[in-house]
Amino acid sequence: MEIKILGPGCSRCSAAEKLVMDVLAETGVDADVEKVTDLMKIAEYGVMGTPAVVIDGQVKCVGKIPRKEDVKTWIGK
Amino acid sequence: MKDRYYLLAIVGVFLAAYYVPWSAPLIRQSGLEAFLMLQEYAQEHVLTCLIPALFIAGAIAVFVSQAAVIKYFGAGAKKILAYSVASVSGTILAVCSCTVLPLFAGIYMRGGGIGPATSFLYSGPAINVLAIVLTARVLGWKLGLARAIGAVGFAYLIGLCMHCIYRKEEKTREGKNFYLPDEEGKTRPLWKDVVYMATLVGILIFAAWGKPAEPVGFWMAVWEVKWYITIGFLILLGLELFFWFRRDEMKSWGESTWGFGKQILPLLFGGVLVAGFLLGRPGHEALIPEKWIQDLVGGNSLWANFFSAIAGALMYFATLTEVPILQGLIGSGMGQGPALALLLSGPALSLPSMLVIRSIIGTQKMLVYSGLVVVFSTIAGMIFGAWAA
Repeated sequence: MEIKILGPGCSRCSAAEKLVMDVLAETGVDADVEKVTDLMKIAEYGVMGTPAVVIDGQVKCVGKIPRKEDVKTWIGK
Repeated sequence: MKDRYYLLAIVGVFLAAYYVPWSAPLIRQSGLEAFLMLQEYAQEHVLTCLIPALFIAGAIAVFVSQAAVIKYFGAGAKKILAYSVASVSGTILAVCSCTVLPLFAGIYMRGGGIGPATSFLYSGPAINVLAIVLTARVLGWKLGLARAIGAVGFAYLIGLCMHCIYRKEEKTREGKNFYLPDEEGKTRPLWKDVVYMATLVGILIFAAWGKPAEPVGFWMAVWEVKWYITIGFLILLGLELFFWFRRDEMKSWGESTWGFGKQILPLLFGGVLVAGFLLGRPGHEALIPEKWIQDLVGGNSLWANFFSAIAGALMYFATLTEVPILQGLIGSGMGQGPALALLLSGPALSLPSMLVIRSIIGTQKMLVYSGLVVVFSTIAGMIFGAWAA
């Protein structure tokens, strides 16, 4: 599984990244997590707000820090 | 922060402590001015103006749907609507470049193209509620109003100019894969949100009501009872919160207000100290001689307006710090026109933000955009200076 966290590096973006990492550690799911900070790359996904979470090329959430339960559903736990 | 920046900062502070002639009368005077200016802010502006404005900014961030605004920037949206929304959206969407720049890149690449994108880029930092309120409060309602009108008008104009200049390059954009921020479920009808916002604005207006120069008439009558009116609004706000809002909504309102406060207040206080040290309160001399400022940006000449427009465009102002700096400059003899020119070009552009914008739209477009901002700011400054004089 490939998880991307889109965000230019504001505090909410790091909070989203930390939350995803926590969930992965909790559930033991193996995934590549990449933080995308380049504005052009973020724009290519077409997201109109940060932070955003993209899992296997699918945009899952935009403009907010996701909830733990939601992340668990997305990664299939 | 990396260790080497810490080291640089410590070395800098050490050198300043070692070599600056702190006992020289001019330095003493400047240091005193810095703290007197900070005291003036603490006593006059923080409780009655800044704190209510922070709560309003927090409420806007939480309760106004961002998706409802952003959808007007999409590829399929009507052009006139896109410009109109873009030019006022700064009030709703942003206090921080952290949201402005990704959105700008998104609108440019996927949405309405360069016109609405630059409108938004300009209006984002230039017309947030906090900046307009503090400008009107500290620098006078004329400058505050001129700033608000100028910022909205410029956003329109600059966006349209960019669109016309680069019309040929605009290719059809794919409208799909356009993700709006997620919406939380709405629990209240719109009118309740409107009444709630109006209550907040009421608190701000009456708490910040200034004592009129002459103790007669309507303004004085309101001033005498302003605390009763303010308390009335506060009680009303309490009732609205109790009956209309869920606990978690109030919590996120508090959190976002605190987020803004944490981000803005330290910068503002730092800015006030620096402005006080360099420029002093109005009528008091500090480190920089008043004659220099009068020669550079006094009066309302083309040169004075152009100079402050371009200085504002290059300089970086942390959110709201432009206000104390301008207060110091005006007190030292800066004209009203150049002051407006700086207000219109300053927050929207800075050398660092130019570099980021360049990485998105390329060197040439970035230079055209910056040029437009400087030229329009100069013109607006000339007009305002002639009118206010």
